[in-house]
Amino acid sequence: MRKFNTTDIPRTDRIGRLIDHLFAKMPVIEADRAVLLTESYMATENEPIVKRRALAFAHILENIPIIIRPDELIVGSSTQAPRGCQVYPEFSWEWLEAEFETVAEREADPFYISEETKAALRKIFPYWKGKTTSELATAYMAPEAICSIEHNMFTPGNYFYNGVGHYTVKYWEVINHGLSGIREKVQNELLSIHAYDANYAEKHELLESMIISIDAVIGYARRYAVFAMDMAEKCSDPVRKQELLIIAKNCARVPEHPAENFYEACQSFWFIQQLLQLESSGHSISPGRFDQYMYPLYKKGMDEGTITREFAQELLDCIWVKLNDLNKCRDAASAEGFAGYSLFQNLCAGGQTTDGRDATNDLSFMCIQASMHTLLPAPSFSVRIWNGTPNIFMIKCAELTRTGIGLPAYYNDEIIIPALMSRGITLEEARDYNIIGCVEPQVAGKTHGWHDAAFFNMLRPLELVFSNGIDRGVRVGPETGDVSEFTSFDEFIAAYKAQSDFQIMMMVNANNAIDVAHAKRCPLPFVACMIDDCIKTGKTMEEGGAHYNFTGPQGFGIANIADALYAIKELVYEKKKYTLNDFKEALTLNYGKGLTPKAAQAATKNVVNDLISEGKTVDENVIAGICKMFLDGVGSDEQKAKFEQLLKDIDACPKYGNDDEDIDLFAREMAYIYTKELNKYKNPRGGIFHAGLYPVSANVPLGEQTGATPDGRLANTPIADGIGPRSGYDIYGPTAAANSVAKLDHGIVSNGTLYNQKFHPSALAGIEGLQKFVMYIRGFFDQKGMHMQFNVVDRDTLLDAQKHPEKYKSLVVRVAGYSALFTTLSRSLQDDIIARTEQMF
Amino acid sequence: MEDYLKTRGRIFDIQRYSIHDGPGIRTIIFLKGCPLRCRWCCNPEGQEWAEHDMLIGSKMRHFGEDITVEELMPRIIKDEFYFVRSGGGVTLSGGECMAQPDFASAILHACHDLGYNTAIETTGYQKWELMEKSLPYLNYALMDIKHMNSAKHKEFTGVPNEIIHENARRFANSGVSLTIRVPVIPGFNNTPEEIRDIAEFAASLPNVEHLHLLPYHRLGEGKYEGLGRTYLMHGIEPIKQEYMEMLLDAAKKSGLKCQIGG
Repeated sequence: MRKFNTTDIPRTDRIGRLIDHLFAKMPVIEADRAVLLTESYMATENEPIVKRRALAFAHILENIPIIIRPDELIVGSSTQAPRGCQVYPEFSWEWLEAEFETVAEREADPFYISEETKAALRKIFPYWKGKTTSELATAYMAPEAICSIEHNMFTPGNYFYNGVGHYTVKYWEVINHGLSGIREKVQNELLSIHAYDANYAEKHELLESMIISIDAVIGYARRYAVFAMDMAEKCSDPVRKQELLIIAKNCARVPEHPAENFYEACQSFWFIQQLLQLESSGHSISPGRFDQYMYPLYKKGMDEGTITREFAQELLDCIWVKLNDLNKCRDAASAEGFAGYSLFQNLCAGGQTTDGRDATNDLSFMCIQASMHTLLPAPSFSVRIWNGTPNIFMIKCAELTRTGIGLPAYYNDEIIIPALMSRGITLEEARDYNIIGCVEPQVAGKTHGWHDAAFFNMLRPLELVFSNGIDRGVRVGPETGDVSEFTSFDEFIAAYKAQSDFQIMMMVNANNAIDVAHAKRCPLPFVACMIDDCIKTGKTMEEGGAHYNFTGPQGFGIANIADALYAIKELVYEKKKYTLNDFKEALTLNYGKGLTPKAAQAATKNVVNDLISEGKTVDENVIAGICKMFLDGVGSDEQKAKFEQLLKDIDACPKYGNDDEDIDLFAREMAYIYTKELNKYKNPRGGIFHAGLYPVSANVPLGEQTGATPDGRLANTPIADGIGPRSGYDIYGPTAAANSVAKLDHGIVSNGTLYNQKFHPSALAGIEGLQKFVMYIRGFFDQKGMHMQFNVVDRDTLLDAQKHPEKYKSLVVRVAGYSALFTTLSRSLQDDIIARTEQMF
Repeated sequence: MEDYLKTRGRIFDIQRYSIHDGPGIRTIIFLKGCPLRCRWCCNPEGQEWAEHDMLIGSKMRHFGEDITVEELMPRIIKDEFYFVRSGGGVTLSGGECMAQPDFASAILHACHDLGYNTAIETTGYQKWELMEKSLPYLNYALMDIKHMNSAKHKEFTGVPNEIIHENARRFANSGVSLTIRVPVIPGFNNTPEEIRDIAEFAASLPNVEHLHLLPYHRLGEGKYEGLGRTYLMHGIEPIKQEYMEMLLDAAKKSGLKCQIGG
């Protein structure tokens, strides 16, 4: 008998209809939450903050309009419009008011906003002036840290503007014991505390606030029960009527009471997942190990014959669709860094049990099937792989990868578990880890990980080495000396480390300031009910109530830093072909190359402003002339020829990503400059800082804020993606690149790494293709690589590669038994290959 | 150190993560020099024994590197993790790998001893006693049968086919797993009759189960320009998928398991 039932289950028509309904229109911003929140806040001015939060949450849940969308089996929507978003002015709001007129037009994640909504928000926004977490955070920050942020050394914008999110609560406790069970725990704790306890005031307020929050959620579910009953009464379609009656019954029972069957468990899960995201605007609220905590009721239903596999699959599919119903509007700059309307609700399958056995079950496969059925961005679907993962599970995962949606992401237990244990997590808990947000591992229901705390641009400190700590005329880093006086490479590295260390300190200051601001202004009593040890300690997560506390800001640009510093080592100190001044001149003048139109415009503006401030008259011809100069490139012909040679020599230096041990181990050392230094610092919740290495999609917008670098990268162009090699510089194929990436120390990067790759569909063709693909992942994981995800390039990508060959220099395509770099092929051959690409399966 | 590791030979390329040329994930070592001059050859930089440059895009690249097995092995071992996981290994190609029989045998020996799967891609044009040296270390051979008519074979490849066909039979008898490949070339062997004849010959060989039809492609054309040579197949269009299917049906009549590509 087979261990798993992996037979494909067909998608029901309902799922297609749900998806069509969800994506019919541009998402909308709605004002209800913000208005209700403000009403409540105005009425509770003198209450303790945690109680104000609970009362506001309750006021919102009592009054926010509710809706059941056509065909839904799982209900609970935070907005009337599909994929709409609410507003969270307690965190920040000024950007939204400033972007009212542009938010529908912007390129990254546009939202429609009606005039009525604008008017409603304009009415309440003035109340929030001076009351937000972002304003308090700024007040707490050191001036030098603010300066560093203004100069784009790092970007803590995520939690500066929004709720923190990034947690996985104890969904299983709600499913198995109901919120009433948690309420009872809180009640018992209330009975056990004494009026004379030192922490009585704080704890008593929190426990009462928890009860208010729990009752609010139960009340909200009951509203849905009544609403569904009303709809059922009015419904003329007998099938839908019956569905609505069951929905009404489910909502009357869960999440208040323990779920009695799989369907109720799904609904219970959903209310928690939805309402956590109405309590705060934090993203990456991650379902975690869904296949584990949902399995017991699935199995019970199957054993008792009370549910069919097909219906269970349809319910999973419904949840998958619902995860896309939640949305969030970010400020324009953040929207570029997190492009794709993503909330990073990361859902995990596979891996190990707490006692170290394989955890894969039938639901793990059904999770893959749900992603296949929906092919939507949410959930961010992750799979945990270990040496004992069955091949059939990985092959099914590879089938999903082959669809080209970039899912699942593969995670390696064999390195993540020891990495977490090195941070004080027990073996059993480390085995139970799940992924938060993009790539961040942690222990569910126990952790406030503050993952994704800031983007740390590893290239900016390098720029400061050449400018001796000055950026745009302002001192933002320490004086490390004039580069022309450096006599050794060690001295150069020491200067880079000094600049980096200083910015790390500033980032710690900024993160901690934001951290305290959230504790003071937005403690969250509802989520605290479902995270250990908040009830016991009487502290919200924001105040340090979680069992495990971390802050995890992510460095990015490791490939560029490795290539850049290696080029300096080789060309300046070993071959002595150039001086640091030669590099400085080339970097200042962007290697004599023209700037991007956007950057040229900005540079022109600066020069024109300088001229005007000097009292000079500037007419349009002068402006056009300056702009043309920036577009064409600055420098004499002689300089340009020199720079051209320098670029050639840089190009000839070894590059990270080619399985060259020398530079790969150098990259490993350079990564330590960020990862090890960060470990020295503590956060206000009693936890430590630990590093991630990943840029999400910020390598592009933050690259725009970065000047030319000694790796030959031109000013304002993208920085390398994830921890992968720079695009186009890995020329020996996927195994060589993966071996390079594996040579970084992934074990120390306990907040996660990200390794993206592009594959041609032919690499996954047929069952043999899937097997080899799986073994490729295993081969990388054998070397203790942590994470891998794949873009399987489709026809459109190849068409784009014809248009922009510079972006696809290392794209390998296969034709019959032969392979070739796509961009080196003739146009007609490329056309042949494009024509065939879609038949590769 | 054992003697065979000191064997020196000439290669012109190494291609890692090859997944369409035999079991598992493989590294292909391209050995330089080939006695054949197939008009359609897509690796013309592998034909000459002498080292030379070739223009690729705007860059000049050197082809030909003399190397001992001992020096070559670290470059192969880099992908050991993937070989071990996937049951893959090393494939010798060319050029004609059997044109350097001692070197080829020594590489295969070293790889075989490390537990890697070993394969060769060969034209089969070599004295049997020289090819035989590789047999103890060889798991798998991919051998071309291009045409049954020796005169036509000589016209398009520069050599007659008798020795090739004899060697095919010897390979088949040797116990090494053998797959027959047919490059399907317009104007040379692309009639159903010619393909059927080759398939029937292949089917007559003991232990041969698989036949791969490799449709002509133009990937090599740019290389001829880069070498300053004339591409004799210029203007020849790739074969249409439907026509290949028809040839596949003709081949299948032999009873072999046939496929397009491989």
